[in-house]
Amino acid sequence: MGSTAIRVRGLSKRYWIGAASRPAGHLREALTDLVTAPFRRLARWAPASEELWALRDVSLDVEHGEVLGVVGRNGAGKSTLLKIISRVTEPTAGRVELFGRVGSLLEVGTGFHPDLTGRENIYLSGTILGMRKREIDRKFDEIVAFAEVEPFVDTPVKRYSSGMYVRLAFAIAAHLDTEILLMDEVLAVGDAEFQKKCLGKMDDVAQAGRTIVFVSHNMAAVQRLCGRGVLLNRGMVAAAGPIGEVVKQYLDGDASPREAARFEPRARSGLGWARVTDAKILDESDRPAAGRPCDSALRFELAIEVIDMGKAGGSLRGLVVELVICSEAGDPLLSLMNVDDPGVELPAGRACRVQVCIPPPTFVPGRYRLDIFLGIPDLQHVDVIAEALRFEVLPPERPWRPYSIEEGRGVFLRRADWAVASSVRTIKAPSS
Amino acid sequence: MSRTADGGRDMADPWMVIDAAHPRKAIDLGELWHYRDLLYFLTRRDVAVRYTQTVLGFLWAIIQPLTSMVVFTVFLGTLAGVPSDGIPYPVFSYLGLLLWTYFAAAVTRSGASLVGNAHLLTRVYFPRVLVPLSATLAAFVDFAIAFLVLGGLMAWYGLVPAATAVFVVPLVVVTACTAAGVGMWLGALNARYRDVQYALPFLMQLWMFATPVVYPASLVPERWRPLLALNPLAGLIEGFRAAMLGRPLDWIALGISVSSAAVLTLLGVWQFRRMERAFADTV
Repeated sequence: MGSTAIRVRGLSKRYWIGAASRPAGHLREALTDLVTAPFRRLARWAPASEELWALRDVSLDVEHGEVLGVVGRNGAGKSTLLKIISRVTEPTAGRVELFGRVGSLLEVGTGFHPDLTGRENIYLSGTILGMRKREIDRKFDEIVAFAEVEPFVDTPVKRYSSGMYVRLAFAIAAHLDTEILLMDEVLAVGDAEFQKKCLGKMDDVAQAGRTIVFVSHNMAAVQRLCGRGVLLNRGMVAAAGPIGEVVKQYLDGDASPREAARFEPRARSGLGWARVTDAKILDESDRPAAGRPCDSALRFELAIEVIDMGKAGGSLRGLVVELVICSEAGDPLLSLMNVDDPGVELPAGRACRVQVCIPPPTFVPGRYRLDIFLGIPDLQHVDVIAEALRFEVLPPERPWRPYSIEEGRGVFLRRADWAVASSVRTIKAPSS
Repeated sequence: MSRTADGGRDMADPWMVIDAAHPRKAIDLGELWHYRDLLYFLTRRDVAVRYTQTVLGFLWAIIQPLTSMVVFTVFLGTLAGVPSDGIPYPVFSYLGLLLWTYFAAAVTRSGASLVGNAHLLTRVYFPRVLVPLSATLAAFVDFAIAFLVLGGLMAWYGLVPAATAVFVVPLVVVTACTAAGVGMWLGALNARYRDVQYALPFLMQLWMFATPVVYPASLVPERWRPLLALNPLAGLIEGFRAAMLGRPLDWIALGISVSSAAVLTLLGVWQFRRMERAFADTV
């Protein structure tokens, strides 16, 4: 065993949800931000302000020359861990000791500016990643050759194909000469051929005795590159040890029947003469589930009953059921009504079960909640339930795209028809 | 830093310690020195990108102070008859506008720089101070170009730069430092409260009229002049004009202005360092 390269002790990181201002991307957002900022600032004093521990008391050691794989589901704290080690953000508690210079590769193309040429971007991105100009001068040709962009070095990168862009970006990072290298999911990009080349380069790097901390959802790559692994779950170390075991635990954890999503209305209102008495998510074999992969159908089942037989003749007929799928924060994303053409009607009886199935692909992996409305819109609210169900959309079972499906890139997944023509003439819309 | 007891190479001190209980030291000059190339490339990026896809390109650096000069010459110099200490009003106001435009541009751009580079701040570590600094330096290129026009303008009026013109260099350096300090402060605030980006243009406009840019300090009653000089730009711009044309200089006013510039700069740097640690989480 060599000596320690990274020693992490009792590391915790707290974020305040809702209190921090988001970057205002648009003018409208910026204006509403400006209007609501004073109120939000007031709200921050209120005890209701929610805290989220992205990391809780994490301790781990990485030996010199070791390649450590960090795995875990979205939001497990993997990226936060790397951000603290790379000094992008500071821990709330705990300590990290680094025995060597740290280079980090938290994304592909850090600091790239589309208007600058490949050459200019190599220098810009390289110095941002901590290289000196002299160092880049020395490695310049090697970087360009590795990226296979020789003829385009003096072309602005906005004219690059996405493949060239990614190759160049990775080539720069691959030539970082630090003793410790942190990598977050960067191998998820690029075509298969180039990925192989990158993996090869990383193997070289690891053999050269560098310490690497590697975060990825690509279990094949993790298993190939890493000797040891750490599994994070909700900010805590759930397992650590030989990579095979950690990966197995991670995959088992995902497959094992986690506690199914339970019907736990957080708030409900309405006349109450009829009620939704149960709601759940079903998997393929009709068992209640905690969530579904984003490339499987999302199937809900509701149980509805008349409570007060005196009302409406004890019949459910004519009532409208609306399911509203919301983000975890409560923003409504999708409304589904049983009367949507070609709808179904609730039966005349006093109880029924309703199934709703959203065909795949569904949503970007993450946590969601379900609100339910029962009644007649604008006329009669019979049962209105906020947060009837909290559920999870999991990463795809079969790869959906060759890149990772990032949060913050929208919410919905859709299959679309693509067409391409090599001239500027209008192309005929593809028929599906 | 503490030594580890468990033998072997672990006896060595860590290269770096990140400890929630002991935030890192205020200013790490060694680190800044290591990253000096980055300052150069960030500045280069800001300069290169500034006028891409414009027809007039760097001419914009000249157009701004030049049009302002024409407008003020017509309205203040000619119509309102604002005095200009015996200097032809166009030259008088251009000298003031030249330095002021640099200051305002540097403050505005460094004030917006952290938010503009949020993407970088949340992805990779480097001394954050380089971001507003590079914005201040990039604005300097515009100043240098507009300075060339000054030569033509003075020649037109048969004015020759005085020997004292060499003092322009330290004056511009002090202006740049002040701009960097103020820009850092506002930039750090802006990272947390975007209100700053709305207040900034307005603030700079008010500040300009509180500065003898298009009117001479001599227009202000003598007993108020020390107060006026508390505005660092007041003494700097008056000094800039006096140095270029070799005219008598109000040393007391300049002294007050430079001192207040130093205070403002240090205050800005201090505020920046104080808020810097949370950038990645708040920006």
